Amino acid sequence: MGSPGPSPSRVYRVFELQAAVRDLLEGEFGRVWVEGELSGVKRAQSGHVYFALKDEKARLDVVLWRSSAVRLRFEPEDGLTVRVRGRLTVYAPQGRYQMEADALEPVGAGPLQVAFEQLRRRLEADGLFDPARKRRLPAFPRRVALVTSPSGAAVRDLIHVASRRWPALELVVVPVRVQGPGAAEEIAAGIRAADARGFDVLVVGRGGGSLEDLWAFNEEAVARAIFAARTPVVSAVGHEVDVTISDLVADVRAATPSAAAELVAPDRVQMMGGLRGTGRRLARAARALLGEGRRRLDAAASARAFRRPLERVHEAGLAVDDVALRLATAARERLRARGEAFERIAARLDALSPLKVLARGFSVTTKGGRVLTRAADARAGDELRTILADGEVRSRVT
Amino acid sequence: MANPKEGFEDHLQALEKIVEELEQGDLTLDAALARFEEGVKRLKTCRELLTKAEEKVKILVRDAEGELKEEPFESEEA
Repeated sequence: MGSPGPSPSRVYRVFELQAAVRDLLEGEFGRVWVEGELSGVKRAQSGHVYFALKDEKARLDVVLWRSSAVRLRFEPEDGLTVRVRGRLTVYAPQGRYQMEADALEPVGAGPLQVAFEQLRRRLEADGLFDPARKRRLPAFPRRVALVTSPSGAAVRDLIHVASRRWPALELVVVPVRVQGPGAAEEIAAGIRAADARGFDVLVVGRGGGSLEDLWAFNEEAVARAIFAARTPVVSAVGHEVDVTISDLVADVRAATPSAAAELVAPDRVQMMGGLRGTGRRLARAARALLGEGRRRLDAAASARAFRRPLERVHEAGLAVDDVALRLATAARERLRARGEAFERIAARLDALSPLKVLARGFSVTTKGGRVLTRAADARAGDELRTILADGEVRSRVT
Repeated sequence: MANPKEGFEDHLQALEKIVEELEQGDLTLDAALARFEEGVKRLKTCRELLTKAEEKVKILVRDAEGELKEEPFESEEA
C-alpha cells in the first residue's frame, strides 16, 4: 500500500477559502478599470445590469448596480466597447469571482455621442426622419410660435429678423427651459400647446452651447412631440455645426435662430419689388389688349367690307351723274330739236297768221265780238269794229 | 370686391391670376377692362398690406385658472 501524501498544513472550509480569495482579490486590485466588449447585457427587475466583458481571449462577469445604471446617458448594448470601473470580488454562493462596477463609459466616443447614435438609429427605424413626411412651410404665414427660452439671444434674434422682414407677422413666444433636467419634457409640452393654438409655423430651438447644453433637443420626448405636431416645425438649435435629433425630425432645419426667421418670414422689400414687376406686367397686358383692340378696329374700318359700301355709293353716284348728264344732254337735244321744229311751225304759223294777212291789207271786222263774214249780217246802225294791221277802227253801218 | 378676411397671399394670388388672364389676351375688351380695374385694386391692397408696420409679439402664459393666454411680450433689447 502506498503511503498517503504529506498532510496539508491547513484544511479550509469552502466559505473560508472563498473569503480568503476575496480578500486577496480586493486587497490586490482594489478598484480597477477594465476595457472590453459588452456581451449578454441583461437588465434585471431590480435595476441592476448584468453583463460580461470580453476580449479575444478572456471574459469577466460584471454587475453594474442600479444606482449607477440609472445615471447612464446611453444604452449599454451588446457589442459596444466600454471601459468599466469596479471592485473585483467573489460571489461565494456560486464560487465565482466578478466585478462590481460603479462606472461604465463607452470607448472611442463620449457617452452622449453614443446615446445620440443609438437614438438616431432607433427613431430612423421608426420613420421619424422620413423625408416624404416633411411639410413645406407656408409662403405667407400669419401666426408663428417660438418655442424657446424667453430670455437670451436666440429669441431676440428671431423676433428682430422676423419683424424686420414682415412686420405684420404675429409672433408668440412659448417660454420653456432649454437645458437642464426636465427641459426636454417642457419643450415637448410647449410644442403640444402651440400645435393646438392654430399657428402656421412652429419654430423650436435655442442658441449655441455644448453638446450637454443642447442635449434636451436630442431627447426622444422632443422628437416625438415634433413628429406628432400637425403644424409644420422648424428646428433651430445652436450653430450651423450642431445637428440634433430635433433637426432630423423637423420639417425644416435652420442652422441658427436668425436663419429660421429668414426661412419663416417673407421679405417685404423683395415682395415690393415683385409687386412692381407685376404692376408693370398688368399695365403692359392692358396696353397690349387696348392696342390690339384699336388695331382690330382700324383693320375693320379699313377693310374692303367697310369701304366698299362707300365706294359703291361713289360708283353709284358717278353712274347717276353719268345718267343725269346723258339725260340732260338728251333732253337738251330733244328740246333743241323740238325747238327747231317749233320754230319751223311757228314760222309757218306766222305766215298763216292773220296778222300777216292784215299786213297785206286785209282786215277783220267784228260785230258784237263776232267776226263778220257776210255783208248781210251788217244792218244799218250796227256798231262794227274793224281790226287792221296796226290797230282798229270803230264804225257805224249807214 | 375684396374680402376683408383675405390676407396678403389671397390678394397676391388673385392679382397674378388677373395678369395671366390679361396676358393670354382671350378676353373681350369689356371683360379685359374690368379685370384690369380689379387688378389695380388688388395691387393697391397688396402694397398697403406691405407698408403696414404692425409688430405684434406676444408670449404664452398660464393665468390664475391654469388657462393658456397670449399676452404682449417685452423682450430684453440688446
